Amino acid sequence: MNGRITMINGPVLRGSGMSAFKMREMVMVGEKRLIGEVIILDGDTGTVQVYEETEGLKLGEEIIPTGKPLSVKLGPGMIGNIFDGIQRPLLKIDQISKDFIPEGIGLISLDEEKLWEVEMRVEKGDYLKSGQIFGLVRESGLIEHRLLVPPGVEGMVTQAKRDGKYKIEEILLELKNNEHVHKLKMYHEWPVRNPRPVRERKEIEKLLVTGQRVLDMFFPLAKGGTCAIPGGFGTGKTMTQHQLAKWSDADIIIYIGCGERGNEMTEVLEDFPKLIDPKSNRPLMERTVLIANTSNMPVAAREASIYTGITMAEYYRDMGYDVAIMADSTSRWAEALREISGRLEEMPAEEGYPAYLSSRIAEFYERAGYVETLCEKDGSVTIIGAVSPAGGDFSEPVTENTKRYVNVFLALDKELAYARHYPAINWLDSYSGYLKVLESWYEDNLSEEAIPLRNKMLELLYRENKLLEIVMLVGEDVLPDDQRIILEISKIIKAGFLQQNAFNKEDTFVPLEKQYRMLKIIDYLYEKCKSSLALSIPISQIKNREIFDELIKMKYTVSNKDLSKIDEITSMIDVYYDELNKKYLE
Amino acid sequence: MKKEYLKIDKVIGPLVEMSNVKGVAYGEVVDIKNKDGEVKKGKVIRLDKDKVTIQVFENTSGLSTENSSIRFKDEAFELPLSKDILGRVFDGLGRPADMGGDVYSRNKYNINGRPINPVARKYPRDFIQTGISSIDALMTLIRGQKLPIFSGNGMPHNELAAQIVRQAKLGEGSNEDFAIVFAAIGVKHDDADFFRRSFIEANAMDRVVMFINYADDPVAERINTPRCALTAAEYLAFEEGMQILVVMSDITSYCEALREVSSAREEVPSRKGYPGYLYSDLSSLYERAGMLKDNPGSITYLPILTMPNDDITHPIPDLTGFITEGQIVLGRELFQNNFYPPVNILPSLSRLMKDGIGEGYTRKDHPDLANQLFASYSKVQEVRALSQIIGEDDLTEIDKKYMEFGRQFEERFVSQGFEENRTMEETLNLGWDILRTLPVSELNRLNPALVDEYY
Ligand SMILES: Nc1ncnc2c1ncn2[C@@H]1O[C@H](COP(=O)(O)OP(=O)(O)OP(=O)(O)O)[C@@H](O)[C@H]1O
Ligand SMILES: [Mg+2]
Repeated sequence: MNGRITMINGPVLRGSGMSAFKMREMVMVGEKRLIGEVIILDGDTGTVQVYEETEGLKLGEEIIPTGKPLSVKLGPGMIGNIFDGIQRPLLKIDQISKDFIPEGIGLISLDEEKLWEVEMRVEKGDYLKSGQIFGLVRESGLIEHRLLVPPGVEGMVTQAKRDGKYKIEEILLELKNNEHVHKLKMYHEWPVRNPRPVRERKEIEKLLVTGQRVLDMFFPLAKGGTCAIPGGFGTGKTMTQHQLAKWSDADIIIYIGCGERGNEMTEVLEDFPKLIDPKSNRPLMERTVLIANTSNMPVAAREASIYTGITMAEYYRDMGYDVAIMADSTSRWAEALREISGRLEEMPAEEGYPAYLSSRIAEFYERAGYVETLCEKDGSVTIIGAVSPAGGDFSEPVTENTKRYVNVFLALDKELAYARHYPAINWLDSYSGYLKVLESWYEDNLSEEAIPLRNKMLELLYRENKLLEIVMLVGEDVLPDDQRIILEISKIIKAGFLQQNAFNKEDTFVPLEKQYRMLKIIDYLYEKCKSSLALSIPISQIKNREIFDELIKMKYTVSNKDLSKIDEITSMIDVYYDELNKKYLE
Repeated sequence: MKKEYLKIDKVIGPLVEMSNVKGVAYGEVVDIKNKDGEVKKGKVIRLDKDKVTIQVFENTSGLSTENSSIRFKDEAFELPLSKDILGRVFDGLGRPADMGGDVYSRNKYNINGRPINPVARKYPRDFIQTGISSIDALMTLIRGQKLPIFSGNGMPHNELAAQIVRQAKLGEGSNEDFAIVFAAIGVKHDDADFFRRSFIEANAMDRVVMFINYADDPVAERINTPRCALTAAEYLAFEEGMQILVVMSDITSYCEALREVSSAREEVPSRKGYPGYLYSDLSSLYERAGMLKDNPGSITYLPILTMPNDDITHPIPDLTGFITEGQIVLGRELFQNNFYPPVNILPSLSRLMKDGIGEGYTRKDHPDLANQLFASYSKVQEVRALSQIIGEDDLTEIDKKYMEFGRQFEERFVSQGFEENRTMEETLNLGWDILRTLPVSELNRLNPALVDEYY
């Protein structure tokens, strides 16, 4: 039984005759068959949010149930592709309607014509459990797509195709479980708002290596962890997310442009195929899925895009991959919630946001995690969400609520951005909750001294901050030399270490070992300076311009592949300070 | 099928409500004729059972609940467009406001446009020389970019925009394929005249299309003015293959109109009474700038807005900054000290310049030089704050050099004449010239090789 539209208010519709509809069911609306989702049911009346432009729709037009909740098709063909908020491929849409996005194109998602080379892993008579891998498809040069028995399905293989080339709609397997027969294809569908099941959530223990110094050495992310990047406009949220999408050592990247600029998606589309992954020497696009619901696209689909993305991420996790998902920006998603809520005339809470804002944010970040999958592999979903606080003020509801549910908080700072200190991550306000759990990872993979060194350097920056307050009142000259040296060393940490040039070939990604050695040599210099200070040598002598400059420039002069230059600088330091001290001792 | 009705239930500000209406489409255009035969345009913005809410784009005063006739037009808000619009002046709803008569065209375009598919976009990379040093060096304008001017009341944003229009080298070589679409949204007659005169002086009148809603024109009309202008721009750029520069003033008036309609609809307000969808609404304008892969045309977009109380965190500049690809911010202090153009460097930004400058685009030293100028000038602010307290004489030698650098930077680099048109080469050389007031050891944003070559 179809419903009939009785009210239209922007992306929100109400209809009658909908008593047989289900909550969260996907529907088609009107002659154009616009796609929508049931969000409220009340007796005979239903409320629908529509994922396409509603202009031209009339009262009395049909609302057609589809019998299933808003879902995505999970199977080969996602990697390297770009989708809208409800998984419709934008390239295909461009073929249907050139340049501009029309409404009423219906539900399309994975390519149904493409032939995939399938390697079957099971035979007749095998008993397959939920989540088990039954076949392999090379989805891209970088990613092996592991075909999974859908969660909730199990049984004995009664029919199995042989290895060969198939389209995604072909049936590859038949499972029999009591009287149930399950026909498995290369893909299965999953409702986006439901988290996919796992065998077990595990403790977080691995660093997500990003090649970004301020992260890896100061505020580390973890595989399976959560991170928020709040900042006013132009402070570098997108740049930071792009850097992470390019260089972090996740296996798969899901990048969601949620209510942001079209050109930023175009940029990724143009750049990523040209960028080469340092580990595998393959183009980065071969591990990337893009979801684009730009700011001018319909607002309800923006709300859905986050769920579409996270569901894809969980699916690849279930194959045993480490997946990182970037959502730029979660604030636009929250605003979509607010807009829909406003149209529903719900009682607003803070700043017009609905009262359920906080729980929605929590639900989203809770889908991150390091897990043992149903197929007994380790996999993870790391969530990195940009937050765009109004006026750059972190006390607004989206930032505050996000802060409650994430473990890494990278506060972008307008003043740093104005001074072109990039990445403009404020080292005083940012934090990572993963330092403790990653301690042994650093010990095993880098050095036992890494975290103590990091703590010492951060401490120095805290002290610098206090000193700068005094300097702003009275000038630098009045400070004693042991405090002035802190200012000088802090300058090196800021300009030589924390600042990282995303546009420089050598500096855009830095191996962990080099990061550590860089920080260590700064500390080394600091200790040498202190030894000279102890001999009451004047600071003008201690601050040797050449050496200090050398340290600030080492990010460019020390090659990522060959760290021997650091040894040279170390001996340069030794020579200079040993002689200086000797001279004063005599 | 034309549907005509004779009874209005209610008129509340710009909204009209009526009932017992059937077969109406969401977004449909409506003609409302009052008893003197005057026709006002409106649009259906809500349908609920048999009740229809219409937003009227013109003054609703004089409308009465009786003696009006309402005709549903069975179409969306559309503009007829052809190349003949060049040189023409339209009102804020796209109706001819000059002697040129109606525009005839078989093709009519929905003023709401449609979102550009991100896969169809071409990432903008060609810089536009504006001849203004601060912009060219530090916030380079790129063809296809949306770069707003954040100004304040009384500041010379119109002059700056006019200078950009006059000096910008947009077209390849010839100016044949270059045109300007200008939208005045709630501006004073003086300001609109200023633009008109400057287009005439630039000898560009036959390449300009104007959409004008004066400050004393109906507020509700303003909601459509930028959409009409952008639809014309899209037509010229993507159907006629032209390079279009869209100048729009003042986005603040547009947002205020939006707020007015929103409050008449009794919507839940977000910050400062503006509707929660202000971001999405502004995006539906700004995102219409850009370039397409298989198309020679481009839309470069320079919206101008006045920041209420010069407050950059006010929702209008704030949400704009979140959508546009950077911003040119004018500073009150520079303005009061008689610097023209009073571009406040530090909060200004061009996000697209990174891919459009440097070797093969402008000059290889450009990115580092820009970075260094920003960094050094930001240091100047710290030193100035300190010198306020301890006096300039007690500054360290280095800090004194920063004071000097700051003065020269503002006097020689940022300021220039209204008629002065500097080449990129001149601008970059001037930048180096001023950097020389600082010792090399302070220039840690520069690649050492560049220092050797240029310092
Ligand atoms: N790590 C970086 N290295 C170099 N430049 C940077 C870096 N981060 C930011 N920038 C500069 O700042 C500009 C703005 O950055 P970005 O677009 O990431 O800001 P944003 O926080 O995403 O802003 P919005 O909220 O408006 O989208 C960039 O175009 C670039 O010029
Ligand atoms: Mg951004």
